[in-house]
Amino acid sequence: MAGGKEIRDKIKSVENTRKITKAMEMVATSKMRKAQERMRTARPYSTKIRNITGHLAEANPEYVHPFLARRSEIRKVGFIVVTTDKGLCGAMNTNILRAVTHSMRDLEADGIQSDVVPIGSRGLSFMNRIGARVVAQVVQLGDTPHLERLTGPIKVLLDAYQNADIDAIYLCYTRFINSMAQEPVIERLVPLAPEKVKADKGTHSWDYLYEPDAQAVIDELLVRYVEALIYHAVAENFASEHSARRMAMKAASDNAGSVIDDLKLVYNKSRQAAITKELSEIVSGAAAV
Amino acid sequence: MANPTTIHVSVVSAEEEIFDGDAEFVALPGESGELGIYPMHTPLITRIRPGAVRIKVPGRTDEEFVFVAGGLLEVQPDEVTVLAETAIRGHDLDEASANEARKQAEEALRNRGSKIDYAKAQSELAIAIAQLQAISRQQKRR
Repeated sequence: MAGGKEIRDKIKSVENTRKITKAMEMVATSKMRKAQERMRTARPYSTKIRNITGHLAEANPEYVHPFLARRSEIRKVGFIVVTTDKGLCGAMNTNILRAVTHSMRDLEADGIQSDVVPIGSRGLSFMNRIGARVVAQVVQLGDTPHLERLTGPIKVLLDAYQNADIDAIYLCYTRFINSMAQEPVIERLVPLAPEKVKADKGTHSWDYLYEPDAQAVIDELLVRYVEALIYHAVAENFASEHSARRMAMKAASDNAGSVIDDLKLVYNKSRQAAITKELSEIVSGAAAV
Repeated sequence: MANPTTIHVSVVSAEEEIFDGDAEFVALPGESGELGIYPMHTPLITRIRPGAVRIKVPGRTDEEFVFVAGGLLEVQPDEVTVLAETAIRGHDLDEASANEARKQAEEALRNRGSKIDYAKAQSELAIAIAQLQAISRQQKRR
């Protein structure tokens, strides 16, 4: 059986690992709650924009903004892929990247090319590794998503859409279902689905005064709305990241705990065996005399 | 029926709610000059420049100041909403940040450096965790 010191060292090493994973689990729990709070505070803005845009679209049916018009022919699409910067969050990044790769392969089979904007280092290194066409990226977002870091890369894709370089944009992120469940989703961002621009309340009899004019206001609103949708996906991805990391670290701590228990048993058995051996040597030595 | 002496004002940005409350009067820096909004104002949508939104809260003599980096103003008969930007925008600024993003993508493709120390520590921890997982799976099979 292995020597006592070796087993003691192994126990110490696994205990250290468990301390780290337990600490990470606690940090992830508190970060998850903050991320959920951020999701909540971001909602009034996008609800407001959706309502105003809905009213405007109904009051001005003749102006169909390019973000709302379906394109008959699709030659190239854009993917915004939201992943994490850091790892140790279970299979979260793997799942979303696998889903995106499938979509890209299916589109390629139909002759449709894809441009990618990865948000998060994991997504960026994956996309670079598989040779996808990365047209812009956002990494090192830190703990808080800030909209101004996203506006540049978003504009790259929206410009390409307006110039008809790409004909649709998909938003891929991990939806936060609850603190124990996350799921990868791929949603079409642009052209906007009609229910995404529907106002909550019914129509009202009055119409707004637009400065400078209705079209310019709709243009501005829709860009802001698309940005808000992307921001919300990034904020939700943060919540999913921290809850996935919490679950992964908890599982690791539990595993470490059971390995420590087993090692301690082995250590005690080996210690008792050594004592027994020493005693029986003494006894048989004494008997021989 | 809405109280005609006050109007509900909310200033929200994409990230958070900045102000929410009732006001007797709101002044904002509109594109072509300062705008003053009293209750029962005509419904209006317009852009506002970066600057201070002055809100006269009932029951207080001093005004509430909310600084916004520009945005959109929506006035309804009983409600005023400011959709504030989180940072100063402008056609040239947006264009510049898009170009910056394109450049960064090309650069990243060229120099794929890595933050070695942190990544190494992370990978060591990941290996330790994987080993523990393997051991515990082995134990379950016994």
